[in-house]
Amino acid sequence: MALLEIKELTQRFGGLIAVNDFSMSLQGHELNALIGPNGAGKTTVFNLVSGFYQPSSGSITINGVNTRGMKPHQVTALGVARTFQNIRLWNDMTVLDNIRVSQHYRLGYSLMDSLLRTRRYADREAAIERTAMELLEFLGMKELANEYPPNLSYGTQRKVEIARALSTKPRLLLLDEPAAGLPSSDVVELIKLIGWIHKEFDLAIWMIEHQMTVVMSLCQEIKVIDFGATIAGGPPEDIRNNPTVIKAYLGDEAI
Amino acid sequence: MGTRITVPAALCALLAILVAMTQKDILGQYGVTFLCSMGIYVILSASLNLVNGYMGEFSCGHAGFMAVGAYASSIAGVFLFVPDKVFGHPWLPMSMSIVAFPFILAIGFAAAALAGLVVAIPSFKTRGDYLAVITLAAGYIVKSAIENIEAVGGPRGFMGMSKVVQGMDTIAELPWMLIWIFLSVTFTIWILRRFVYSTYGKGIMAIHQDEIAAEIMSVNTNKMKLIAFMLSSGLAGLAGGLYAYLISFVNPSSFTILRSTECLVMVYLGGMGSLTGSVLSAVAFTIMLEFLKPLEQLKWVVIPLVLILLMQFRPEGIMGNRELSDVFPKLKRFYRFK
Amino acid sequence: MGAEGLAFRAPFAFVTFLVLNQLAPGQDMLHTLMQQALNALQQGSIYALIALGYCLVYGVLLLINFAHGDIFMVGAYVAFFIASMAMGKYGLLPAGIPKWAVLAATVPLTMLLTSGVGVLIERVAYRPLRLKGANRLYVVITALMMGIILEYGNLSILGANRLSFPSLMPRMIFEPFGARITITELSAIVTCFAVFALLQWIVTKTKLGMAMQAVSYDKFAVPLMGIPLDAVIVFTFFLGSSLAGLAGLLYALNFPVLDPFMGAMVGWKAFVAAVVGGIGDIRGAFVGGFLMAFLEVAVVAASDYVPFIKPEMRDLVSFSALLIILTIKPTGIFGKPKTTKI
Repeated sequence: MALLEIKELTQRFGGLIAVNDFSMSLQGHELNALIGPNGAGKTTVFNLVSGFYQPSSGSITINGVNTRGMKPHQVTALGVARTFQNIRLWNDMTVLDNIRVSQHYRLGYSLMDSLLRTRRYADREAAIERTAMELLEFLGMKELANEYPPNLSYGTQRKVEIARALSTKPRLLLLDEPAAGLPSSDVVELIKLIGWIHKEFDLAIWMIEHQMTVVMSLCQEIKVIDFGATIAGGPPEDIRNNPTVIKAYLGDEAI
Repeated sequence: MGTRITVPAALCALLAILVAMTQKDILGQYGVTFLCSMGIYVILSASLNLVNGYMGEFSCGHAGFMAVGAYASSIAGVFLFVPDKVFGHPWLPMSMSIVAFPFILAIGFAAAALAGLVVAIPSFKTRGDYLAVITLAAGYIVKSAIENIEAVGGPRGFMGMSKVVQGMDTIAELPWMLIWIFLSVTFTIWILRRFVYSTYGKGIMAIHQDEIAAEIMSVNTNKMKLIAFMLSSGLAGLAGGLYAYLISFVNPSSFTILRSTECLVMVYLGGMGSLTGSVLSAVAFTIMLEFLKPLEQLKWVVIPLVLILLMQFRPEGIMGNRELSDVFPKLKRFYRFK
Repeated sequence: MGAEGLAFRAPFAFVTFLVLNQLAPGQDMLHTLMQQALNALQQGSIYALIALGYCLVYGVLLLINFAHGDIFMVGAYVAFFIASMAMGKYGLLPAGIPKWAVLAATVPLTMLLTSGVGVLIERVAYRPLRLKGANRLYVVITALMMGIILEYGNLSILGANRLSFPSLMPRMIFEPFGARITITELSAIVTCFAVFALLQWIVTKTKLGMAMQAVSYDKFAVPLMGIPLDAVIVFTFFLGSSLAGLAGLLYALNFPVLDPFMGAMVGWKAFVAAVVGGIGDIRGAFVGGFLMAFLEVAVVAASDYVPFIKPEMRDLVSFSALLIILTIKPTGIFGKPKTTKI
């Protein structure tokens, strides 16, 4: 059973076709990329997969479950996590809280438990905190637990956002332009981090990225879309010199 | 030892002192009523802070929920204990009034929480200005609806609750409303603090700070909004019930936009997202109302002006989103505020 | 035919139906219906004028100016004082100035002074917050509070006594199809339509009007294009508040009793009208005003025939209409749906 199966996905906004008959599948341990010029529809695909939009037609199946009609938090519970192009951390909560709240779907206690502070509440809260601290330690960010995101550097915030996504115990991690806005030294760090996460955690990573250094050095397979439709796909060497891809990015003159 | 005992003990002691003061006439009728009003304002302020402060929504109809609770509790009490033209003979003897009173308040809470459900549903899809409009309209609708129901006196109001309070007095001569309000305030703060500072309740803050991220990070935003609205309006209903029995009379004109405005002032004065702030501001506000009494109508120029100035110069209010333990860290030894 | 099309055509269809029914039997019923229609048109004119003000400000600032209903009230009071002064009540001007002259002077002066109040409020209360980049929430609260201050300020200064607006128009009555309409009522309707036409022209054909539209699309780009943002906003408030002032005057001519809280309910209904019609589009405000009035008149009329409906319920019905529209189609009849991008 495939981890992610997208079949003939189409998304219309009024008269605009943002995603056009897009299909793709992931088995479970890939590290792939989705690239394309600006406005190609890449983030729309991510929004569809994470449940933020409902597709106009086509299907998205995660571990055999069709996600039509599901709300994003339900899709996350199925094992899909994502980061955002513009970092969306909760700025008035500590890093630790950011990680803890993302475990909302598996808190394991009810409202009454929290009001009455039952045994179950105490146990589960301790477990959640433990999981969060372990994750932070694993990623080398333990000291940042009580920091607030706006006080951190952009690169560190990006790392925290990835950590937050990981705390939902995903099988599929969607990274939306993780290198965006990072200085080149941080990009090198990021490449190492993503590679390391891919090795240490049991998941597939699918990323949208414009910076080709990241894509070419990390990704096993690259899918290229333009105007919402797939125009090329394959390993990095194939894509690098593919004339259709070059034309999409740079125009006819470049050929 | 330490944290688990100190605060409950201190509260019991405080209640005992207050009751003793009333019995010995140190605290007269005026003082008791003043403290009771303060307590009711604390409940209103803290409960609205859940939705407007922690969740960052813009609910302007808090008075409507207070009205629902007030009327529901009043009707329940009169129905059970007092002979009435519309509600007939009492079902229970006065001797049960003390035991039954928490249930009467609970009915007010439940009725108001249900009303909160009605407002919560539009909140799933709308935010900000539109939600403000919906809640304002809801407040007007409640008032307007009550005015059209003859069975509860319409615009003239509803009476009979004093008999229930007198009934409690026949069993034991204590300042009952003061006691009930004290217990309710404690209950309110206790429930809100526990909710908001659990990881479960922090989902509400996540919704405020970035709703889309919250939804995608597995927070069931609709359910959380529902819980927040129902809890908030339920507590407003509790305040309403207490208010009804305190002044022994309810009528729709006690629950207008002005009442909602008072609640808004307290929330923004205290600081959105600070429980301590909402308590402090309720206390300050009640005191301010006392000083403004001689101004009569001009009071309603001063209070909105205070809010306008707050918006201009200190929108984060007294406490911002800090709690008492953030300002005085040593207090953490005695009580876990968060 | 979409919701907008239906809404636009409904009142006209209704009136056409009445005209065609002229020849049918049941003249009494027809007279009543005609009377109700005229009442609705007259009431709707007031709502529409006020709703247009809400709409203009919302279009430009995305702000629901909750104080607007009370600006309407201020307009009525300003008109009262100008008219009274012109009629010699305060000894400042000689008595005996003909009524038509008083009216001719009152109309522009009321609009001017009321717009002054609106512009002042923008300058003093809203602009500092806008310049600080404050959360829109704070501005909305400020607006809500401003309204209360106007009401209670009036109450404190002028007392609780209701004022009686002088009669400025001759007692002329027209009787179309057996119903009665006075010239005051008719002038309210005619003025409203004329104002709407003028507004349409301003918004679509003048530079300032198009600047207003530009601001509603992208407030931040506007100064970059060399358009003075503050001036456009001031003009919007000027326009909106003078319309509210005009509405106040017309209302006072028809219902000559003034009290400090008259703006609250009427303002609210007008606001509901703007939202139902689609706040942000002046056609929506215009149509919404009449829709609300027709709805209210229908409720009052129905109370004669249906036992459990009472005339006081019309407020309830207005607010319920608001809730229904906001739940089904929050952008209103003429509004365009917006999507969020993440």
